[in-house]
Amino acid sequence: MMAASKKMLDQEPSEIEMLLPWHAAGTLNARDARRVDEALASDPALAQQYAVIREEYAETIDLNESLGAPSARAMQKLFAAIEGEPVRKPSVSVNISARISEFFARLSPRTLAWSASLGAVALLLQAGVIGAVLVKNQGGSFQTASLILNDRSAPITRELGGSPPPRALVRFSEDARVADITALLDNYQASIVDGAKGGMFRLQFGNSAMGKNDLAALMSKLQKEKIVSLAVETP
Amino acid sequence: MQVLYGRHHVRVFRFGLRLVRDEQVAEDLISEVFLDVWRQAGKFEGRSAVTTWLLAITRFKALSALRRRKDVGLDEEAANAIEDTSDDPEVVVQKKDTSEALRNCLTSLSPDHREIVDLVYYHEKSVEEVAEIVGIPENTVKTRLFYARKKLAELLKAAGIERGWP
Repeated sequence: MMAASKKMLDQEPSEIEMLLPWHAAGTLNARDARRVDEALASDPALAQQYAVIREEYAETIDLNESLGAPSARAMQKLFAAIEGEPVRKPSVSVNISARISEFFARLSPRTLAWSASLGAVALLLQAGVIGAVLVKNQGGSFQTASLILNDRSAPITRELGGSPPPRALVRFSEDARVADITALLDNYQASIVDGAKGGMFRLQFGNSAMGKNDLAALMSKLQKEKIVSLAVETP
Repeated sequence: MQVLYGRHHVRVFRFGLRLVRDEQVAEDLISEVFLDVWRQAGKFEGRSAVTTWLLAITRFKALSALRRRKDVGLDEEAANAIEDTSDDPEVVVQKKDTSEALRNCLTSLSPDHREIVDLVYYHEKSVEEVAEIVGIPENTVKTRLFYARKKLAELLKAAGIERGWP
């Protein structure tokens, strides 16, 4: 496998090989994505290189996310500068609105899909809250499975010391449905702790630390899930 | 403008910061980029995504800022050719964590390699969009990223980390 990989590097890289990073980022057109998928299925050396690329992809996202955000100074400076600009013609402001609208129209299918998915989740949550309120108001004998604060014997505290529960950066496949994702979260006792940055969600598994072997097995199992296109362990 | 700024200023800041490596300069860049957008909104032809347009302006402004630095005195080609050695790969040898080493090596790439890695992986730009932002042919985009990845592998290897490729 190493030899095959080495051979690839000594020669000029093939077209498919050069497309791998875009495949990992999900920005290839359908035709090229299919070509890459077919090549990956039949070439173990290429598949190994692809695994390395997915690692680079996840780390690049993490690195950029760690850069933080600018202070309010930048915004103040900008809008002070705009205040000092000559008065604009109305047609130009209309043009900006049109451009911004156009921006939303030009969002990538993946971004739009996720926006729609998140919207669907929000609707489900909202429906759940409304349902709970209706049940409560009916005065029946129903009881929800939510935690009853009075029954809690210990105060709410965050565990200090020890290792944190395992986390992973996960990208779901484009055709993943909200129901599928919810089922996966249930199966793995996972929760979304951050997302969707760069199309990736940060998931936490359970509430306790996990051994290295168990974690590796978990990642391997997760990666094999049909609706998961990328899963990488993360702090 | 507030909507546009609110939606994209963090992306612009991070892209600029990775190029100029100075938070103050990167913050100044944001103001300059969005002021340009304000002034040139009518010129936006809508053929490309807004983010592509913004990142292209950011790149241009960042390179101009680098050129302005009197203490460095770089021109664009020199800036692209010089690798950052602030985090020497040998330092990375000390770091056992592969993930951390990978991040350090990503930071150690040359500016032109760094920007192409960021544009493809973080900003999720297609081959065509990267070509538009950086101003190079599409084939050059593909080969440049390949060699950026090869360089990354070399840095990791120098740090004692083998990943099975190349």
